[in-house]
This record gives sequence, C-alpha cells and structure tokens, in this order.
Amino acid sequence: MSHLPVADFATDFDHTDAAWVNDPYPIYEDLRARCPVAHSDRYGGAWLPVRHEDVTAIANDHEHFTSRNVVVNEGRPGPQAPPAPIGVAPPITSDPPFHQLARRLLLPAFSPKAINELEGYTRELCTQLLDGLGDVDHLDAAVDYAQHIPVGVIAKMLGFPPEDGDLFRGFVHIILEGVDLPFEERIASFEPLGAYFEAQIIDHQEHPRDDLTDFLLNVEMNGQRLEMRHVFGTMVLLLAAGIDTTWSAIGASIWHLARTKADRTRLVDEPELMPIAIEELLRAYAPVTMARLVKEDFDFQGHPMKKDDWVLLSFPAANRDPGVFERADEVVIDREVNRHAAFGLGVHRCVGSNLARMELRVALECFLERFPEFHLADESAVTWARGQVRGPRTLPLVVG
Amino acid sequence: MRVTIDESRCQGHGRCYSIAPGLFESDDLGNGVVLGDGIVASDQERHAHLAVANCPEGAVRIEGA
Ligand code: HEM
Ligand code: SF4
Repeated sequence: MSHLPVADFATDFDHTDAAWVNDPYPIYEDLRARCPVAHSDRYGGAWLPVRHEDVTAIANDHEHFTSRNVVVNEGRPGPQAPPAPIGVAPPITSDPPFHQLARRLLLPAFSPKAINELEGYTRELCTQLLDGLGDVDHLDAAVDYAQHIPVGVIAKMLGFPPEDGDLFRGFVHIILEGVDLPFEERIASFEPLGAYFEAQIIDHQEHPRDDLTDFLLNVEMNGQRLEMRHVFGTMVLLLAAGIDTTWSAIGASIWHLARTKADRTRLVDEPELMPIAIEELLRAYAPVTMARLVKEDFDFQGHPMKKDDWVLLSFPAANRDPGVFERADEVVIDREVNRHAAFGLGVHRCVGSNLARMELRVALECFLERFPEFHLADESAVTWARGQVRGPRTLPLVVG
Repeated sequence: MRVTIDESRCQGHGRCYSIAPGLFESDDLGNGVVLGDGIVASDQERHAHLAVANCPEGAVRIEGA
C-alpha cells in the first residue's frame, strides 16, 4: 500500500517515502534552508516544521494543537472516537488539563528509583540473549538482539507472559507502520490486539499480582478507579510507546558504532563515557517523531493551517538544527552540552525516558563487553523502519 | 552562586540530577529538585553550568554567578 514517490518534500512530503525512510537528515536540512515549514496534501493535509524553535513552540501550544491523534494516517478521529481531552490512549492522546492527571498516575512507576530496580533484570536479559547466540561470527543486531530487550522488560513490568513477545511486536507493527492502510482496514487490524489485552486484564482480575497491570486496574484518579477504556488505552500505549522506540534507539546506536571504529574503541576503553554517549546517540538518531492535529483554522507564521491538518512534530529534525547544536550533523560522542529533544518537549515528555535510557545503556554495555569488535556485514542490507519511529529493522554484523 | 529549578517549566527529563547529583535529585515523579539551599561549592560550578546547558526545558537557572 505504498504512496506515489515524492518529487519535492517542501510541497508534497511523505514520511513513508523510500528516500525519507533510508535517510531523512538531508531532507530536514534542505527544508530548513528552503521553508522551514513544509506542507503536503497527503494524509488529508499535513505540515512539517524542521526548526528547533518551531517544534518547541508547537509542542507547548495547546491552544491551537491537540494530541487527540499522534500518529499521522489517512483517517481522522471520528465523532464516535473518545474526544479530547481524553483520547484513545491517555496520556499521549490527552490534552491539558486532563492530560496531567493521566500522566501523574504513571510517573511513579517510571521514576529513576523504580527503574533502577529493573537494571539487574535487564542486564540478565541482555546477557542471556548474547549467550543464546552461541559462538557466532555473524548476527543481526536488530533481530537477534535489540528487539527482544524492550519487549522482555515491558512484559515483565506489565506481568504478561514473556513468550508472547512476538505477538506484541506484531501489534506494535500494525499501530506504527500500517499508517497508509485505508482507514477501515487500519481499524479492523486492531481487533486481535483488543482481544489479547482483554484476556490479560481478565487474567489479572482473577489472579491479582504485584505488577503494572494490577496497578492500573486499582489506581484511583479523582477518587475513582480508571474506566476500563483508560486502562486498556494506557496498556496499549505502554507497548506501542516502549517497544519500537527503544528497539530503534539500541539498533541505531549499534549501527553507528559498527560504522565508527573510533567511537566504538573509545567506549570500550572508557566505559564511564557511556551516559554522555547515549545522550549524543539519542540526539543524532532520535527515533521518535510525533504528530498533532490543528484544532481550528489559524495562521502559524504565515502558514494557513486548517482544522484537522496534521503537524509532524519532528524531534529528530529539531535535534539536528545547527542554530542550536554545534556540528549538528556529526556524532560527537563526548558532547557535553546537549539539550536534545529525543524524548519530546513540554508536558508530554516521554514517561519512559528513564527506562529507555537504562535499557539503551545496559544493552550497549553488554554488547560491547561481549563484542568489542564488530562492523556492518553489508551496508546495503540494513533496512530502516518506516513511519514515525525510525531505527534499523535488519542490521547484519560481522562480530569478533 | 546558587542553582534553582523553575517548577513550572521542569518536565522531568532528569538531565540535571544525572549530570550534577551533588546539586539536584529526583522527586517521586522524576522531576528535578534542588538539594538543600542550592548554593554551589566552587568544585561544583562546572556541573551547575552543564545542568543549565542540558536541561531541554530551560528550567535550571543560576543566580549570582
Ligand atoms: C528511546 C526510546 C524512546 C523514545 C525516543 C521515546 C520518545 C517519546 C517522545 C518523543 C514522546 C513525546 C510524545 C509527544 O510529544 O506527543 C514520548 C511520550 C511517551 N513515551 Fe516514550 N520514548 C521512548 C521509550 C519509551 C518507553 C520505554 C516507554 C514506556 C514503556 C515510553 C512511554 C511513553 C509514554 C507513556 C509517553 C506519553 C507521555 C505523555 O503524553 O505525557 N516511551 N516518548
Ligand atoms: S533537566 Fe530540566 S526538565 Fe529535566 S528534571 Fe532537571 S530541571 Fe526538570
């Protein structure tokens, strides 16, 4: 279900276009010089700001933009869809002031203290994955390693059977990558996911235990338990928001290190640099682009935005803005001044950022410890995810 | 020199307390909190400046440099 190829990204951009999927950075740079807010008639009308200041302004402007849907697709939330300010998957699809309530509920489960407690489990998981590979000289770091890490950790947090990992990844794929399906097909494709979550919720109601699912079923907001559709939406969100994103960040980091011997050796020799290095890898290869819908017709810096137009909120483009970052297009592995926006800006700042950072750091530490030497087996065999989450989906390496 | 956090801007990116654990800590929600009175000892000044330079929301400030 591909769209026609894009001839000019300034007037007809499409984030599922092959050129964008393979390498979006030259496109941002070109648009920054020419626009800097691009437009497209695709998806029923969409805008793309690429400057850091415009992304910041829109992320903080709840008067003109809504998060009611954050994944650009062919449809619009219909009249029967849960309306703003709640939306389908609180808090990411919620607007203020409801947003703050839904978000606060989740924050303690993802605080630095709570996440530290999962580091041991994560390290064990990474070690097991690497041990399971046996004595190899080739591997696919995206398929054999990176993708399993966020799945294992979130399944553990939610208390879902670890062997259902492939199932979750299938669901996440539909949500994030099936964006150019016709609207009815897209909605129908969500059914198996609904059935799976319902079964997990019933199982937790019948067999209570101490995990994030139980927490969501019992936590109170304004003195009342959450409506079932709120619990459901949040569980979908945690899978959708936590898996492809972190998989992408781990994969893109390994991809960079496979191509950049100097950075790889430096991290092997100076492991204490890792916390600074992961911030730079998150800046340069920020995996997540969000979206907003325009609430009512209005003029954004001379651009006539229409009600229900999409706005792609490109944190990856903001992170490459040379007005904010020196040598913006280079990975400076020990970059100390790095006010990047990989986890978003404003009230929707990624709830899972402490978790994602921990997973990324541990995944790289374990990988480098096991394989201090590795390089790409075949540059042209690397494939990248299409849509709003970007990272390698096949990453063949020669290791050792 | 003294550091402050503008609570109305802080969104809990956690960069301040990772970079300068001697000056900031996390509250239960992950938002940054200034430790004690926020007075910066001279050996912490570099960390204070880095916290300012890395807060994505511009919430960390330095007074009386
Ligand atoms: C490297 C990995 C990740 C990246 C780059 C990332 C990025 C983002 C971004 C940019 C947003 C802002 C959304 C917006 O402005 O509309 C966001 C929101 C969110 N993320 Fe992440 N994320 C990652 C991993 C995770 C993980 C592991 C989880 C949890 C399991 C998670 C849960 C969430 C949630 C719940 C929100 C919604 C917050 C709100 O609307 O208040 N993310 N993420
Ligand atoms: S870095 Fe800024 S936004 Fe993040 S916790 Fe510290 S003050 Fe808050």
